[in-house]
Amino acid sequence: MANWFIQASYFVVAVVFILGLKAMSSPVTARKGIVWAGYAMVAATVVTFFTPGLGNVGLMVLAIVAGGAVAWWSGKTVKMTDMPQMVAIYNGMGGGAAAAIAALEFARGEIHDPVVATLAVLGALIGSVAFSGSCIAYAKLQGIMKNAFRLPQQNMVNIGLAALTALLGLAIVVSDQPSSTLIVLFFVLALALGAILTSPIGGADMPVVISLLNAFTGLAVGFEGYVLGNPALIVAGIVVGASGTLLTQLMAKAMNRPITNVIFTPISGAAAGGEGEAIEGTMKEFSALDAASVMRYASKVAIVPGYGMAVAGAQHKVWEMAQLLEEAGVEVVFAIHPVAGRMPGHMNVLLAEAGVPYDKIFDLEEINADFPQIDVALVIGANDVVNPVARTDKTSPIYGMPILNVDMAQNVIVVKRGKGAGYSGIENALFYKDNCRMLYGSAQDAIGQVITHVKALES
Amino acid sequence: MEGFAALYIFMLAAFTGYEVISRVPVILHTPLMSGSNFVHGVVLVGAMVVLGHADPEDPVQLVIGFVAVFLGAANAAGGYVVTERMLAMFKGGNKKEGGA
Repeated sequence: MANWFIQASYFVVAVVFILGLKAMSSPVTARKGIVWAGYAMVAATVVTFFTPGLGNVGLMVLAIVAGGAVAWWSGKTVKMTDMPQMVAIYNGMGGGAAAAIAALEFARGEIHDPVVATLAVLGALIGSVAFSGSCIAYAKLQGIMKNAFRLPQQNMVNIGLAALTALLGLAIVVSDQPSSTLIVLFFVLALALGAILTSPIGGADMPVVISLLNAFTGLAVGFEGYVLGNPALIVAGIVVGASGTLLTQLMAKAMNRPITNVIFTPISGAAAGGEGEAIEGTMKEFSALDAASVMRYASKVAIVPGYGMAVAGAQHKVWEMAQLLEEAGVEVVFAIHPVAGRMPGHMNVLLAEAGVPYDKIFDLEEINADFPQIDVALVIGANDVVNPVARTDKTSPIYGMPILNVDMAQNVIVVKRGKGAGYSGIENALFYKDNCRMLYGSAQDAIGQVITHVKALES
Repeated sequence: MEGFAALYIFMLAAFTGYEVISRVPVILHTPLMSGSNFVHGVVLVGAMVVLGHADPEDPVQLVIGFVAVFLGAANAAGGYVVTERMLAMFKGGNKKEGGA
């Protein structure tokens, strides 16, 4: 009876998860979706306590409370700009949990069926890669690990290590009672593989990697679900694995970077520095007063925010400025590149936080054709996503990446902290264009000054 | 579980995952990734089951089981909180909430 009830509950939970994900793919129902899924998760956890023959309950409760509390507190307190690395680390923990499940099943010596053993090993491998890879991704985005490092012959090392790990996995599958040395070695190599795969990847490729690792964790959970004979885990895991793969493809497409390129030929500062044609011309400086008057007397202004605006926490100031301009009769729109921020959609989240209505926010496809009719494009802390060499210079590492064509606007004002190159280390030809002016300073200060001047022009 | 029945479940779940989010607007990519990150937090259930059947006399099993449940719980709780925080900003549709 108890078992029947538990199985029925798991079934309902799986259905609610799918409906929740479905709801999360529309802005109107998204919030309901996560709340439903949340209830389903609580229900699944509670009924699991009634599993017949469940021991170690005290330890279990302790682990749930400790893990849940740490994550709950860190999730509540993290700043919106730091969300991507939090998603990465929670995802890594899920992968780690899946790998630990496999480890425990092997330690108990309960796995004898070759199919079960294969899926357990696969789940352990993928889960371990997701765990260590996500930890590296977290460290990079958090700024703990500054430099992308590439080993000599990185791709050969990757392939060799992957092959060796797979070989050990195979050895575990074929041996009926694998030795603990073999199992430990397998996990060590799998964890090393995740770290080594992820460490050379940097810059704009990071969101794709996080999304890919998210799909990996889903798969690992699905495989371990099979090992445990739990269809709820299979369904939830595989659904996430498939949707995560699709999301990864959408992101990679937005950057015109095939996933294989992301992993095998990362854009990194060192690699990018030597390539690309030299750019001629000079950067022309603008004052906050000039910027304020040009925008105040324009008829249409497009604001192009990037990660620089987000780290400066300037989105509220930017929206305040936009509202002032609108009161003065200027049409203001926001143009968002799909990978602005650190993840697709991250910038929309940040603008929504500042209170910018959706109907002022335009995607790349929606706005790119309009730039010639736009009087002023104000670029705030964005760099690579507005770099015209992506259109013109075949030798550039970002050639072919879709960009916002701000250089086609009548005037371009770039708010930038200093004269350095972008996150990917590539020189930006936009800054040297005749219609482009540079407004140096942190986004917060620069926009604050512009606001003061716009107000002064009104009185 | 019977091998082929499981294979069918894998296949159908994969198509479901693909279809369910195929028409998602870009603004929801990050929240949706975070939401799916939460959904695979159900690994907690699996972790609880294995810890529940671990040998109470074997400290190695207990430690691995504890780690599994701890990580699973963190995945679920953290995934929920960050997704909910992101999506909370989308409530109220196009309503202006003012600046600052």
